[in-house]
Amino acid sequence: MKLTIGNIRITDIVLGEQSKVENSTLFVNSKELEALLLEDGNIVSVCFDVAKPGESTRITPVKDVIEPRTKVCDGDCNCDCGIFPGVVSKVGTVGKGKTHVLKGMAVVTTGKIVGFQEGIIDMSGIGAEYTPFSQTINLVLDFVPRDGLAAHDYERSLRLAGLKAANYLGDLAKNIKPDEEIVYEFLSMAEGAKKYPNLPRVGYVQMLQSQGLLHDTYVYGVDMKQSLTTMISPTEVFDGAIISGNCVSACDKNTTYHHQNNPVVTDLFARHGKDLNFMAMIITNENVYLADKERSSDWTAKLVEMLGLDGVIISQEGFGNPDTDLIMNCKKIEALGVPTVIITDEYAGRDGTSQSLADVDVSANAVVTGGNANEVITLPKMNKIIGTQEYVDVIAGGFENNVQPDGSIVVEIQAIIGATNEMGFNKMSAR
Amino acid sequence: MLKILHYINQFYGGIGGEEHAGHLPEMREGAVGPGTAFVAAFGADAAITHTIICGDSYFGENTEAAKEAILDMVREVKPDLFLAGPAFNAGRYGFACGTICDAVKAELDIPVLTGMYEENPGAEAFVDKMHIVATRDSAVGMRDAVPKMAKLALKLARGEKIGASIEEGYMPGYMRVNFFEEKRGSERAVDMLLAKMKGEPFVTEFPMPDFDRVDALPPVVDITKAKIALVTSGGIVPKGNPDRIEASSASKYGEYDITGVTDLTEATYETAHGGYDPTYANVDSDRVLPVDVLREMEAAGKIGALHNKFYTTTGNGTAVKSSAAFAIEFAAKLKNDGVDAVILTST
Repeated sequence: MKLTIGNIRITDIVLGEQSKVENSTLFVNSKELEALLLEDGNIVSVCFDVAKPGESTRITPVKDVIEPRTKVCDGDCNCDCGIFPGVVSKVGTVGKGKTHVLKGMAVVTTGKIVGFQEGIIDMSGIGAEYTPFSQTINLVLDFVPRDGLAAHDYERSLRLAGLKAANYLGDLAKNIKPDEEIVYEFLSMAEGAKKYPNLPRVGYVQMLQSQGLLHDTYVYGVDMKQSLTTMISPTEVFDGAIISGNCVSACDKNTTYHHQNNPVVTDLFARHGKDLNFMAMIITNENVYLADKERSSDWTAKLVEMLGLDGVIISQEGFGNPDTDLIMNCKKIEALGVPTVIITDEYAGRDGTSQSLADVDVSANAVVTGGNANEVITLPKMNKIIGTQEYVDVIAGGFENNVQPDGSIVVEIQAIIGATNEMGFNKMSAR
Repeated sequence: MLKILHYINQFYGGIGGEEHAGHLPEMREGAVGPGTAFVAAFGADAAITHTIICGDSYFGENTEAAKEAILDMVREVKPDLFLAGPAFNAGRYGFACGTICDAVKAELDIPVLTGMYEENPGAEAFVDKMHIVATRDSAVGMRDAVPKMAKLALKLARGEKIGASIEEGYMPGYMRVNFFEEKRGSERAVDMLLAKMKGEPFVTEFPMPDFDRVDALPPVVDITKAKIALVTSGGIVPKGNPDRIEASSASKYGEYDITGVTDLTEATYETAHGGYDPTYANVDSDRVLPVDVLREMEAAGKIGALHNKFYTTTGNGTAVKSSAAFAIEFAAKLKNDGVDAVILTST
């Protein structure tokens, strides 16, 4: 499967009369976009705002972050597919042909809290160093749900609204010439094995959050907790095949943006054909029942064995309960004699001296960490709040009286979106 | 100027070798032996006001007595930091440095620092309890160890933020501290995997610790006579969360009286837990803390009694160390209240 990613650089977002992309600026007719989003009767209103890097702006509570993309296949891949297939585009295999990306910006959804696990994005100050979304120009959608809307329906409406908005914006770039093009080619097993016979066959096992009840991930619209461990072409994730529907702590939830820009996938592609042969991407779940954990990790190991892989990177999502899935996957794959590297994060307590993971095993001897999520920082007062600061004491990572008299807030970094990402999106680590 | 108290053994104290290893603890004013190198490194920032010298054999064979004597000396001096060694690869000296630092830290709440070779048995025994600077295996490494130890000592004495072990030079295993790497995590993972597949050396970012596993106790002999308590990490609290237990990374637990309570209802109880969808627990908290079922069993004589208090916290993102500290406290209360068995529920 061959996919060409055409990046269109966005350096400014202007709320204006007509929606269009022109000279690296995204113009958004907010009335038109609002009308589209209000088609969902669960949403009463939506406010649009733009947050730029370096501004004294805080966005909270953040639900999801999404990168606008669009398919521009022009018949060359015979597909009739769209971004986020099976969710807001019809079902159809993506990961082929051509995709245009609005690079340097993101759609961020916010609104009244759903659970406790929606986080903070600071556009400047120390908090900005912990989230990648302080570096993107963010079009923020602040939603008001109708009264009495149940939490699950609210979450679903917000999730879909963010995706719809992203596709609306992405489609504006169908006829824009990209600033750069990157080609990703993922060969069939047979071709791949023949092409690089002397390179180690490497696979990527991506664990997807599926604890259920606001902790879900969807693949082509399928709730991942109802799926057996399966395979996907890594090019498909660039087209939104995997989306976030979860409220795991802000720091280590994979937003839809993370999935669209999966760093393990891109870094394996970067070394593909040089140091390694990127042969397979396996996606598995993180269900709560022991039998599910055993079954899914059995299947993960079994697929690694059937594919004849020489080495595997395993990435996690969330913490605590999923630590057991991570260790099961690692143990069972290592037991086959296949080396693994796991990517996780830590909950070592505020002083860093507590046990970091809920489960460990000696076979997990190669670990990359996204850092200690319990570390405490003070986020300075921001001049502008998009959303509301009303929940910063109750979100995961907040605590009683954490808003200081000077307007600064003290939180564990787990409250910051993407701070300890377990796909290795960031440079932060711990020792 | 910061006041530092330095602990060394009889050899570095200039008293003598093995034949003097039984030397009793004594305290002198000023710096002795390796202390002079530290004095130079501290410059105007700190002074070694006193030095304690103790024989390694004496410490090893009379640990309690040595500890008490030395703690008294430390109490008298009240230093800003207690510095020990470095012990390099001397096993008994390493044990003494680790033991006395641990005691000073725990009992006097004074910051401590020691240094030793990573294979010193003292390092293995104390690496998870304090900052231990990694040194070479013999005194040849003194020149290398002193500046590292001095720098970290000043930070500890001033109560400044301590960087990651890789930045400060202490052994990993005590304190996990965040820092920014050159490469992002995914790229580090690819590098690590390539090295591991080739059998080349690589350094894991998180060495697997010894995992704390608890052996099960023998079963309750007669459950129909037993007083049962409910304890949960599922965050069930009286409506309104009166003690404001955190949604994640709890800093406290709650103790609530359920005398006369037969059912937890939407009007009376809820969950504070942020790690799962609270909807169903808020509608009926018995789903997490089964008071209703236990009351029925109590009435039917299937259990002796349901204890009139329950203990609760949120397990979500809560440090194991905090959980253990909560449990030590309320387990004593449970024992004191004559509870025979506990049902622990999680989410």
